[in-house]
Amino acid sequence: MSPEGSVPRRGALAGSSAAAGGAPEGLPARILELGEELRREGVAVGTSELLDAFEVLREVSWTSQRDFREALAATLAKSQEDRRIFELVFERFFFRAVEVAAAREGITEESLAELGELTEAELDSLREQIAAALRDGSEGAMRDLARMAIAAFARRQEGSGVIGVDVQRIRRALGLRAEPQPDLPPEDPRHDGLPRDALRRFEALLRRELERAQIERTGSLPASRPLGELDRALPSGPLADLAAVHRVVTQLRRRLATQGLQMRGHRRHAHVDVRRTMRASLQTGGVPVELKFRPKRPKRPEIYVLCDVSTSVTSASVFFLSVLHALHDTFRKMRSFVFIERISEVTDIFEHERNFKTVSERISTDAGVADISGYTDYGRVWSEFLVQVEDDLHPRATVIVLGDARTNGRDPRADVFAQIASRAGRTFWLNPEPRLYWNYGDSVIAAYEQYCTAFECWTTAQLEDFVRALTRPVIAAGR
Amino acid sequence: MSDTTRPEPTSVAEVAEGLRSVGYLPGESTALVSYLATKLGKPVLVEGPAGVGKTELAKAISSYLGRELVRLQCYEGLDEAKALYEWNYRKQLLRIQAEAAGTGWEAVQDDIFGEEFLLARPLMTAISSEQPVVLLIDEIDKTDQEFEAMLLEVLSDFQISIPELGRVSSRTHPIVLLTSNNSRELTEALKRRCLYLWLDYPELEHELEIVRLHAPDLSETVARRLVEVIGMVRDLDLKKPPSIAESIDWARALLLLGVTEIDTDTFTETMSVIVKHRTDMDVVAERVGLKLGTPADVA
Repeated sequence: MSPEGSVPRRGALAGSSAAAGGAPEGLPARILELGEELRREGVAVGTSELLDAFEVLREVSWTSQRDFREALAATLAKSQEDRRIFELVFERFFFRAVEVAAAREGITEESLAELGELTEAELDSLREQIAAALRDGSEGAMRDLARMAIAAFARRQEGSGVIGVDVQRIRRALGLRAEPQPDLPPEDPRHDGLPRDALRRFEALLRRELERAQIERTGSLPASRPLGELDRALPSGPLADLAAVHRVVTQLRRRLATQGLQMRGHRRHAHVDVRRTMRASLQTGGVPVELKFRPKRPKRPEIYVLCDVSTSVTSASVFFLSVLHALHDTFRKMRSFVFIERISEVTDIFEHERNFKTVSERISTDAGVADISGYTDYGRVWSEFLVQVEDDLHPRATVIVLGDARTNGRDPRADVFAQIASRAGRTFWLNPEPRLYWNYGDSVIAAYEQYCTAFECWTTAQLEDFVRALTRPVIAAGR
Repeated sequence: MSDTTRPEPTSVAEVAEGLRSVGYLPGESTALVSYLATKLGKPVLVEGPAGVGKTELAKAISSYLGRELVRLQCYEGLDEAKALYEWNYRKQLLRIQAEAAGTGWEAVQDDIFGEEFLLARPLMTAISSEQPVVLLIDEIDKTDQEFEAMLLEVLSDFQISIPELGRVSSRTHPIVLLTSNNSRELTEALKRRCLYLWLDYPELEHELEIVRLHAPDLSETVARRLVEVIGMVRDLDLKKPPSIAESIDWARALLLLGVTEIDTDTFTETMSVIVKHRTDMDVVAERVGLKLGTPADVA
């Protein structure tokens, strides 16, 4: 069992013992366990995927870690997110598998005892070597240096016993930072700051070597725990969320463009498709009994989005703004408004500014929606909105409201909202609160819900549900 | 494209070498998955951002193996008549008109639904081909789920049923590549039948190699600088980040202009080769252009 092949000493040992017995014993069992572990982390691994994996492993040698991993990934992980989880699980799974085998057979790492006490000068050179390795990003050198660093610092101070703390302690002692350190001499690689991902990789290696040492000391494995939400999320965080929102909104565009009420009233203008009619007439001996029509090209939808940015929806407003941002990226005929007590059109800001951060800053500074109290006044918002867009609203338009429908005790003016809904083709409400809280306290969503379709929406998954729901009634009507 | 079909490769290294020989520098997993595709005859689903060489991979495989490339470009509203087959109704009409009076209906009917009157569309072409082909189904995420479902049938059995004619089964096993820009989540059923390959923007060294391959006259230092700058541009949040093809275009443009150093001025002048949105251009000019410095600074 040697997908750990690139760890020189341990890998060679484990590999040779397995090779002696011909095919590695229990490999199919290991693969099944890996599949099981992936399922526990939420990757959809079916029986057919596992069969594929076995088929693939007949073609690829299991002695090369790279090929082995890639071959398994190609069959077991079928999306980018799955692939990321696969990497984490694969790493953990085989690390543990090798450690178990090693603990059973009593193999330990060659100790670095000959290192002895390091002088200050030697330590400095170690620091520089590590910094240089990080700058060049050479994986092998980093691994060896991580072991040296642990050995060196284990002697200088007691380990805390908590691996995370020790990792940070060693990193700090080595003076490794991503920010530039201008007081160091310019030829020092740390002078301009170190690449962030190399730093992260080095920390991972430190963590791993410390874990290995701990396992050796205690002779047992720590309990495995499921990947935290943090580990499995894509590295870039908010930007990745933004990407997910963009993806869903692109779907939304397709649904709005190809389906929906824009089709209404177009039947009159149907054009006969001569070619298909002739083709159909062949079945009736050349007599065109059945007329075939050209497909109707739906018109481009027009969208009006109203977005609540008051304090009661602070947690959701970043999400809402990213939805708005993505909508603007996708639709050209679109007008967007933000509101608290009054309404303010922000179409221009979105059209001229690409960067999401700048957009949200400009909205919070220039939009001028807060007025005096800073509390949402839905009644006023509807009246102002109606005045602004009354002439432009038509049955092909879609109005989407993003808000919690909390009026702070003010008049909801559902009658004005009804007017808006009746002029527009379709009206949707996305509410960032769980459905449980609707109509409690000052929430008046029920008053509006009779004129529009309301959705609970505070994650991308729910946004996706909304997009899916958009098509459902249309399909039902078509049958 | 050569006339002779190359025998199936026997190792991953051989595939990597072969793809290199036709001007495509594969990453580690690309070569491996291509090899598995030829070995197992499973379709490969290739995903990744636009312009990382997904389509190019199919072309490279086809010219490396000396197989014909059959391409089906997907779009919204693509239907079976455009993807599978269609009856050539004009020819059928002519056939009926040219018919001498007195021929029985049965005879005519048999006649006009023969292979002669069939217009083969890409999927049909790929399946009925005498020689093994490479079938590229490009941008599968643009189609509807209905089309995907139809494709499942074709991809699992490699056969098409034509009511009037019978069943057409594949004579050879095509290599199938499906590409997707991930604009829509594909169905589990389709994914289950495919090997998965995620292509991302290449690492710096890898991209440098690619640029050097396509613009061999560009000096090493300029090429390296160019790839670094492209990397910086990709890190920004742009509407359309520059693809590999655009790096190559830029390299060629710099070569034509005889540039020896990428500074702010050259960058601003030639930026339009890699950045294609007005708003993006502003962002890039501001964030990257100024960082490059003037020739005086560099010296």
